[in-house]
Amino acid sequence: MHSSFVAFLRNPSAMAGALILLLLGGVAVFAHILFPGDPLDMVAMPLLTPGEDADFPLGSDTLGRDVAAGIAHGARVTLMTGAVAAIISLLIGVLIGSMAGYFGGWLEDVLVRITEVFQTIPSFLLVIVLVVIGEPSVTTIILAIGLASWPVIARVVRAEFRSLRESDFVLAARSQGFSNMRIIFQEILPNALPPVIVTTSVIVASAILIESGLSFLGMGDPNVVSWGSMIGEGREQLRTAWYLTALPGVFIILTVMALNLVGDGLNDAFNPRLRGM
Amino acid sequence: MSHLSSRLGRALRRTLWQAVPTVIGITILNFLLFQLVPGDAVDVIAAESGGASAEALAQLRSHFGLDVPVVEQLWHYLSNLAHFNLGVSPRHNMPVTTLIGSRVGNTLVLMVTALGLALLAGILLGSIMAAKVGKWPDRVLSLLSLVLYSTPSFWLGLMMIVLFAVKLGWFPTGGSSTIGAGLQGWAYVADLLRHLALPALAMAGFFVAIFSRLTRSSMLEVSRQDYIRTARAKGLGPAAVTFRHILRNALIPVTTVAGMHFGTLLGGAVVIEVVFSWPGLGRLALESVLSRDYAVLMGILFFSSLMVIIVNMLVDLLQAWLDPRIQVR
Repeated sequence: MHSSFVAFLRNPSAMAGALILLLLGGVAVFAHILFPGDPLDMVAMPLLTPGEDADFPLGSDTLGRDVAAGIAHGARVTLMTGAVAAIISLLIGVLIGSMAGYFGGWLEDVLVRITEVFQTIPSFLLVIVLVVIGEPSVTTIILAIGLASWPVIARVVRAEFRSLRESDFVLAARSQGFSNMRIIFQEILPNALPPVIVTTSVIVASAILIESGLSFLGMGDPNVVSWGSMIGEGREQLRTAWYLTALPGVFIILTVMALNLVGDGLNDAFNPRLRGM
Repeated sequence: MSHLSSRLGRALRRTLWQAVPTVIGITILNFLLFQLVPGDAVDVIAAESGGASAEALAQLRSHFGLDVPVVEQLWHYLSNLAHFNLGVSPRHNMPVTTLIGSRVGNTLVLMVTALGLALLAGILLGSIMAAKVGKWPDRVLSLLSLVLYSTPSFWLGLMMIVLFAVKLGWFPTGGSSTIGAGLQGWAYVADLLRHLALPALAMAGFFVAIFSRLTRSSMLEVSRQDYIRTARAKGLGPAAVTFRHILRNALIPVTTVAGMHFGTLLGGAVVIEVVFSWPGLGRLALESVLSRDYAVLMGILFFSSLMVIIVNMLVDLLQAWLDPRIQVR
């Protein structure tokens, strides 16, 4: 684990990704200090182009809302959605995957079938249906994305548990009379973590893409700004003020790219065999 | 040849057998979700017609079979599905299957074009990257594929509209045909292709990234195998080795991943069809969300899941044909 950490620190593209995430995370955490007030308030002349007014470096939209404030507050919604949705899918996926992989037998058959059902249904459509059933709030959206994204985690965890459940340290733990729960969560799970962590970074990235697509379609929480909703509203002015659409998209790309760089870096660090491929 | 057909027959039986529980699971999940949707079809009809008396509502409920216990409703739902009946859309006042049928062709045209473009571009770029591994073409293309991999398709589509439709005027901004032109024959096809170009390209972007990365890594993997060294040693030129030996074997994981991502592609069709006003299933899904036409929305969810299952079965068969080593698991 220690040498993996060093390998990660020595990987320039992974570090670049981590740095971008740290910066965006900082902007998200301090958004209310950097840009006090509601980002949905009208504060400027409408349709300022970026650079036209030094007070509003990224310009303003048709209603005179500060684009930079929207980006900063949107970072909060976007990053939180990605992170919490990933945690939810991690919880469900680890639970189902570990039970299936550890116990085997009929329980594994049933859990694998359930996983397959959720993996077959197109996840973006499932999220739309779940948000329609609930209400368009940040909480519903996070839950819906979490519920639609866990199968990948469950598959990875199950594969790890299957290969680890007959190993020596598990047999040793069994012979000491440890309970199944203790063996699953304290013995096997820590050893199964590396591929799970890598997969989680991918889930965060895809959760952010799903959230931005959803709020682009106008199905997001109407009370908060997110990068997707900014693109959706900017689309009306695509001909005259295309920067309103372009800017939030650049930030989505930066975030998702940073997550992918970190994920690739973690993957390389955990699998030294693959380094340099 | 008979060996091949018996192998394909075995693969078909196995894949059909595996699909059965998934279809049952999807049906039950779909039914449960439908129960959770706020308000039933009768509420929507009442709202559409501007209110109705309690007696009229009860009568409508018994007409649609909504006044019986849930288990009985599930039974009705299942027997309807067995007859390819997904219910009736209160808004359009026509069967959901008819509505889906009228849109699915457009979505398939879009998806197949996008997937074809993505496979072509992805395999080409991946082969270049693998051939020049570590050199500057590999680095530049790797960066490009990383950016494409991180770009939301709807944003890519909007930027393409700005550049190719608004600024340059090469392509129309949306729709599937020039309205009122009444074109026939080749002129119609050319018009369709002009409308298809931007949405298909925008949809393909993400998948170009996936296929190029995959082609690169599996070509590098294959090129280390013994039989490639043998092919080189017996004097085959680099082009023959690349195309006949490396690429062919590297394509097997590419087909797996193409099948795996079919659902993602279907989901992506929703946003792309909205961006380009493409009259397909995805736009129908959003229209039915906006008009609270939940029978249609749930029908699309069910139908899309079935399409994913069918495509995965086709991929299984394709692989059994591509690779004789893939046997009954």
